[in-house]
This record gives sequence, structure tokens and C-alpha cells, in this order.
Amino acid sequence: MSTLEVSPASPRSGEFHQPVINDFSIQVATVNGSGSQTANNVLMRSIFQMGIPVSGKNMFPSNIQGLPTWFTIRASKHGYIGRKKEIDFLVAMNPETAREDVMNLDSGAVVVYDEPLKLDAMRSDLHFYPVPFDKLVGPVCPEAKLRKLVRNMIYDGVVANLLSIEMEEIHRALFKQFGKKKAKAAELNWGACQAGYEYAAKNFTKSDPYRVERMNATAGKIIIEGNSAAALGCVFAGVTVVTWYPITPSSSLVESMIGYLKRFRIDKESGKATYAVVQAEDELSAIGMVLGAGWAGARSVTSTAGPGISLMSEFVGLGYYAEIPGVIFDVQRVGPSTGLPTRTAQGDIISTAVLSHGDTKHPMFFPSSPEECFSMAVEAFDFAEHFQTPVFVMIDLDLGMNNWMADAFEYPTKPIARGKVLTAEDLDRLGGFARYKDLDGDGVGYRTLPGTNHPHGAYFTRGSGHNEKAQYTEREDDYINNVDRLSHKFDAMRSHVPKPAVEINPKAKVGMVAFGTSQYAAQESRDQLKSEYGIETSYLRLRAYPFTDELRDFIHKHDRIYVVEQNRDGQMLGLMRMEMDATEIAKLRSMRYYGGLPLDARTVTDDVVLQEGK
Amino acid sequence: MSTTVPPPPKKLNRIGLEVLSYKGAKTTLCAGCGHNAISERIIECFYELGVQPWNVAKFSGIGCSSKSPAYFLGLAHGFNAVHGRMPSIATGAMLANRTMLGIGVTGDGDTASIGMGQFMHLLRRNLPFVYIIEDNGVYGLTKGQFSATADLGSKLKTGVINDMPPFDCCALALQCGATFVARSFSGDKRQLVAILKAAIVHNGLSVIDVISPCTTFNDHEGSTKSYSYMKDHDEALHELDFVPYFDDISVEIPEGEVREVEMHDGSRLRLKKLGRDYDPTSKFAALQALDEAETKDEVITGVLYVDTAKPTFMDMLNLEDVPLATLPESRTRPPKEVLDQVMEELR
Repeated sequence: MSTLEVSPASPRSGEFHQPVINDFSIQVATVNGSGSQTANNVLMRSIFQMGIPVSGKNMFPSNIQGLPTWFTIRASKHGYIGRKKEIDFLVAMNPETAREDVMNLDSGAVVVYDEPLKLDAMRSDLHFYPVPFDKLVGPVCPEAKLRKLVRNMIYDGVVANLLSIEMEEIHRALFKQFGKKKAKAAELNWGACQAGYEYAAKNFTKSDPYRVERMNATAGKIIIEGNSAAALGCVFAGVTVVTWYPITPSSSLVESMIGYLKRFRIDKESGKATYAVVQAEDELSAIGMVLGAGWAGARSVTSTAGPGISLMSEFVGLGYYAEIPGVIFDVQRVGPSTGLPTRTAQGDIISTAVLSHGDTKHPMFFPSSPEECFSMAVEAFDFAEHFQTPVFVMIDLDLGMNNWMADAFEYPTKPIARGKVLTAEDLDRLGGFARYKDLDGDGVGYRTLPGTNHPHGAYFTRGSGHNEKAQYTEREDDYINNVDRLSHKFDAMRSHVPKPAVEINPKAKVGMVAFGTSQYAAQESRDQLKSEYGIETSYLRLRAYPFTDELRDFIHKHDRIYVVEQNRDGQMLGLMRMEMDATEIAKLRSMRYYGGLPLDARTVTDDVVLQEGK
Repeated sequence: MSTTVPPPPKKLNRIGLEVLSYKGAKTTLCAGCGHNAISERIIECFYELGVQPWNVAKFSGIGCSSKSPAYFLGLAHGFNAVHGRMPSIATGAMLANRTMLGIGVTGDGDTASIGMGQFMHLLRRNLPFVYIIEDNGVYGLTKGQFSATADLGSKLKTGVINDMPPFDCCALALQCGATFVARSFSGDKRQLVAILKAAIVHNGLSVIDVISPCTTFNDHEGSTKSYSYMKDHDEALHELDFVPYFDDISVEIPEGEVREVEMHDGSRLRLKKLGRDYDPTSKFAALQALDEAETKDEVITGVLYVDTAKPTFMDMLNLEDVPLATLPESRTRPPKEVLDQVMEELR
């Protein structure tokens, strides 16, 4: 086991165990489609309600029913909410994987399992608690066809008993989950919970050290998936046109948005929608609609994953050259095709940065948390309209689809900013305009919206073959002027993108750079590097591309920079190399993980230690 | 005293604009190209209907046809999109501002090959939009390859014979949900003007497949999309008249000879019976007529189908009447209490 304060003795020794409080991981192994999600969320939420920092991660297959799925819950008094590599507490419900799951455990771990599986015969260095789930479910669920679903709630009761989770909190979490409309189903499940709890109380003598104790570290916090947070951000950004094509792990972003729009964006007087949502025929169409709508002045958005980004490539290039605002969420996953669509990755960094053919560069935002999914969504719309260009918000499956503890979101403080748009009155005053002329020195021209009531309001939109007045041209000087201005515009973005979060440790020679969900493993790893190996580190969390001066300063201040990312080839490091000089590049080192699971601290630590030669 | 004669007053339309306000840039298409004739008809229609040019948004994909929006309505906003994907750009733009009048010009390559998916789904949505296919059965801008509307057995200049059957864009439009479907010929000035006007006032998706010969690559003997072939095989379903809502002149026409379709704005499309009795409100009759024409080696032209009752995409979306594009913050950003409420639910 890696946690220093834990030194589990052999469970059969009968020695006194130092209790391990609020610092362990639970893994529930079930079968996809068996309804375990409710039981897992209730378990996670009840720990959260006891004030203990918690995270939940669903590791599921690309399948609707039948394949194995694992849900891990981590409780951490230190507030570590990244994945913990080691499993301390296994609930083995899936006969298909039970034996392998048990074999993978470290010595001293706990196994709650379905009694007929007889797992206790496998190893002698674990704590086993057999539960006769089938016998217990009958009396609490008379209706046979519901038993498969209700059965899972029994382990909530068992685990609550073993870990000292308060049953009042289980009850509260359960009824919150089901809502008022499904009170009957909640009652049925509550019965199963109680049966599990009572069985454990009567039959088990606790031999393991793990338990929870009430804390006060979650007051005021919420639990939300990154995708829902991003969806809320779009709603509060004043989104008006939403297009999408279903794709894992992005679908829930738009589905969640539809829910919020229906609740909050139907005009009370007219009863009409102040938004349009279109499920398009494919991602090509989805991005086309975003660009058409953005061109005509809507705040438009689409959400997709890597395969969709690939399909959008041609249109995004047109959006770049025609200078049309639009927001694109990329909930990254392992790809392509029948790849690992339900596994997480940060693998679309380079392809998105230069998406399309010819000379293109696109801004990307990298939220790390639900709070940032929300705030960066709001920011992305203003940014897209300010710079008149497609903006990518790069989430990943881990952040998008998993439940995260977060601070309550802050209501936007800045009014919606629509960028440089000329009205009919402006045109009267100016007598006309040149769409692509850089009047302000930031590379951004003034645009009009189609439908502007003025005879001189219109211009013709096309790809790269235009001059400052949006007239067709194939002249060399016009083309060069245009692409150079676009490059200048990209540079101007550097002072507007979200700045990185920097922690300088004056004692550190080593710097660590991370982004997105790598943040959690990276931060926890820094603590491990310090406490276990005496390696002091500074930290920079990237929040956007193009890079800002803070990154260069950070590189200058340190001897070695580890860029932590979840892809095979070090894509973010690759982007950095494109901009840095030779001495800066010489300092960059890569820490990569690409196995499809959320990155854990131990993997980062081990790799950095190896590269540091310790 | 001056004795100069004042110049003759310019001819103005009902909103006080001269025809010049409806023209565009000089065409760069080949001399005699059917597409240029279609641009001329578009200019006439918008001028005669008195549509404000800057309230029009014109769209196209890629190809010779798709160049033509630059050659009409220079005062209208235009968007030259990517190949085959004009429908999605147009859909987004029309959702952003439903008060604009949208017109798209595309070709047979742009629609029936690379753009087939987007065409089908545009039909399905019944977006209020005029979709003109300038159909010459050939890829002009890439110098003369067959398109998917080239007729079986038609011959390229190089002698290559097409052995793939064509798509009939009108039949597809009928089957997939368009609410106004017509076929015309770029050389039939009178018919095309009447069809375009009716399409412009139609509240729903109008598809007009206009046979538009390519003088450079496909206007020869052996081509079914040539001027001479159309001259010999064009079978008009009816003689067409369009009476705009603001024009209350009524012409006495003998009973039983004329069928009138009232458009949603009160305009009337008058179909004078020719050889056959044709019901333009029957999708079945339309498909049957197309099928019969095919077997008889005819190209039927006219308004094949009109449905003025079907809900549009805007209806289906229950969309706000004013443009989404310019809704103020007070209507697009919910108040703080709403966010607080959501946060409370997530605690």
C-alpha cells in the first residue's frame, strides 16, 4: 500500500489495526445495465453528505447490457479526488470478473462478495465479508423482475455498516436520487439497504481498518458531472443555437443542456423558445449549423468527441478563414471508430490546435473542474464573438461523465459581450465598412449581421480568397495580408485567454505542467514526490492555448519541466516545442499515460522519479 | 432659363428600388451558361415582388452553380459554404434570424453526390427556404465529369457513356418532405419566373430543380441536359401564373380551366390546364407524373407539388418570433436566482 500512515497487518493475525479513517477507495464491480449506478451514486453521495471529500469514477465498457463495469469511490480527508490506483475495498458483484478483481488487490484489502462465489478461498491476506444477496433480496422485493435492480442496494447497506456510513445519510441520498415522483421505488430500495445493513450488523465482526468519520469539508459544495456544468455554462452564456450529433462521451452535455433550456429559456409571456436545439444528421452538419448561426449573430455551440472533431475539420477551416464565432466542446476519449469510446484520454490536442487543411490555428480552453466547465463555457462565447473564430473547450471523459465535488458556481459578473458588430446606425455614420480590415491593431475586423436593415450592411462570405473588403481575389499580396492578419489575431488572443494557474516553489528545480483532469494526479503526485522522495516541485496548470508569457517564465525559472498528459506522444509538449526556443525545449520532459483510465498520482510519481534518476 | 430635358424617371418597384439594386457582380461563368439565365430570373423576381435585398440571405456550396449568388442581389448577405454542405450553413443562419428570406443555389454535384445527406435532412426539416438546383448533369468546375443526375446512356464530349442511373432530385424532394417541388428549364423564362415567385412566398422548403445546360461540357447531342434535348422533350404540366398578394388584378378565366393554389401570404399560384388534368396537391400524382415522364422520355416541368399546411421547422421548434441573433441579455441569460436554485438542487 502506498499511503504512508497505513500499515495493515494480516487480517488473521488478530492484531490491533490502526484505523484508516476517510482515506480509502471502494471499487464496485458489477455488470453493465444491472442498475448499479443508483446504488453507487447513493453510496458516494452519502459519504459526501458526511462532509468527507469524495470522488466517483465509472469505468464502463462500450455496451448497454452485460459487460463488466467498475465504479470507484474515493474518500480522501486530504481532498485528493483523482483516481487512486490501489483498491482498498472491493464489492465483487460480477461473477465474470470477481476472481481477477480479487487477485489484483493489495494485501490487506477488503472484499464484500456474493456468497456463492466463495472468493474467500482464493487468498488469505484479505478481509472477506460474504453476503447472500439472493436470499436477502427475496423478502424485501416480492416482485421477481425487479430483484436484479434492487439487489444492488443491499451492498449499500452492507458497506454502510462496515464503513460506519450513517444510514440517515444513505436514506437522504437515496430519496434525493429518486426524487418525489419515484417515492415508491425509493421505498423499495430503502428496504434493500436496511436488509443489507442488518445482515452485516448481525453476521460480521469487523476485521479491517477502514471507516468514515464525519468531517466538515464539503459544506456548500455540489456534486455534478463536468458535462452538466458545461451545459449550465452555455445556458448562462446566453446560448441561442445548439446543434449536436450523439456521441459518447459528449451526448450528456447537450442532453443536460436541453433539460435546462426547457426549464429556464421558454419565454413566460409568449411560451416560445429563446433557443433552437437541432439534433443534426452528422457532425459535419452540426458544425455547419453552428457556423451558419454564428455568422447570422446567434450564440451557437456544438459538442462532440474526437471522431466528430475529425469530421468537422473542413468546416472549422472555413470558420477560421471566414472568421465566424462558434463554441465547440470536445469531450475527449480514446478513438477512433470501434476503439475505446468509453475510456478517457487527452488525445485531441494537436489535431484540434491545427484542425483543417492549410494554415489554421485555433484557440482551446482546458477546464480542470466543473467550476471551470461552467465559467469557461461562459467565457468561450464572449471570446468566440470577440475574436470572431471557432473556440474549442477541451474536456475529457473523466471530467465530463464522472461525478465531481465542486464549489457552487458563481453567477457571471460581466455582461454578455457580443464583439465588434456594426448596427444600421453605425453604418449610417460610417457610410460603409471593410469587413476584414484591422482597424484596432488586434487583427479583428468589424462585422455586420445578416438582416441588418441597411443597404450597405451586406458582405459576401467565402473562404480565404478575399481582400479586406470581402471581395473575391486570388492576388498573392491580398492572400498574404489576410493570413498574416489571422496570425496576428491569434497572437492577440494570448492576452485574452484564461491564464495558467501557477504555484512557484522557490526551493524547486523541477516544474510540473498539467492541464484538464491530469491536474488531480499531478497535484497529488507533487505531495508524494515531496514526502516520499524529497523532490520539491513548482506547478503550472495550463488553462488555454495559445500559450501565454506565464508558461515561458515558468520554464525559465526551473531546470526540468515535466509535462503531464494523457496521450501517447506528448501532444501538449509538441505544441510547446512549436513555440519555444532550443534552450527552453531542452528543459522539457514528458510524462504520459494513455491506458484509458483516469490518470492516478502513483503513475505520475513513479515516472517522474524514474526520469529524475532517484 | 435652362431648357434641358429631365431624364426619364427611373422605373421603380413597390418599395422604391430600381432593378439595379437587385443585380450582382459580373458573372464569370461561361457565355450561354444556363446558370446566368437563372440569375437573371432571380433578379427579376425579387425586383418585381419588391423584396428588400438586404433582408435576403443567399447561400451556396461549391461548383459553377454555387458561384452564381455573387451575380445577383449584391446588396444581400451571401455565404459561399463548403462543397455539399450549404444546407447546414443555411439552417443555422435561418435559425439565428428567421425574419430573413433565405435562398440557396446549388448544383447537381453539390446536391446529389457530396451533399445528398444534407439535402435529405433539409427536406425532412421543412425549413422555410428556397433551394434551387442548377442541374446540368455534369461537373463543370472540375472540367466535365458525370454527376449523379446525368441520365443513363448520356454521353460526355469525350465519348464516355454514363452507365449509372440518375437520381431524380424532384422525386427525392417529394418523398423526403419538401412542401414545394418544381422542375423548370433555364430557357423557359415565363415558367421559371412564376415558379420562383411562388417558391419565394412559400412558407416551407421549396425545391426547384432547374435544368440548366452546360454549354462547355454537356450541351451536345447525346446529352439529356442540353438546350436541344430540352427543346424537344420539355413537357410543361401547366401554364403558370403567379399573382402576388399585393396585386389584386383579377383576370377572368373560364371555369374549369385554371386551378389556384393560395399561398400562406395570400398570393395565388394559378395553374392553367394543358394536356392533362394535374393535381399539384397530391404527392402521389406528382410521383406518378415523374415516373410516367421517365418512361416516355419526357422532362415534365411545372409545379409538381405544393403543401401550404405542413408545419415548418420553426413551428416544430416552437421558435421565438424575433431573431434569436439579437435577443437581449435579459432574455437569454437567466437571473441569478435560477443559478442559485440549480446549485441548491445539486447540494
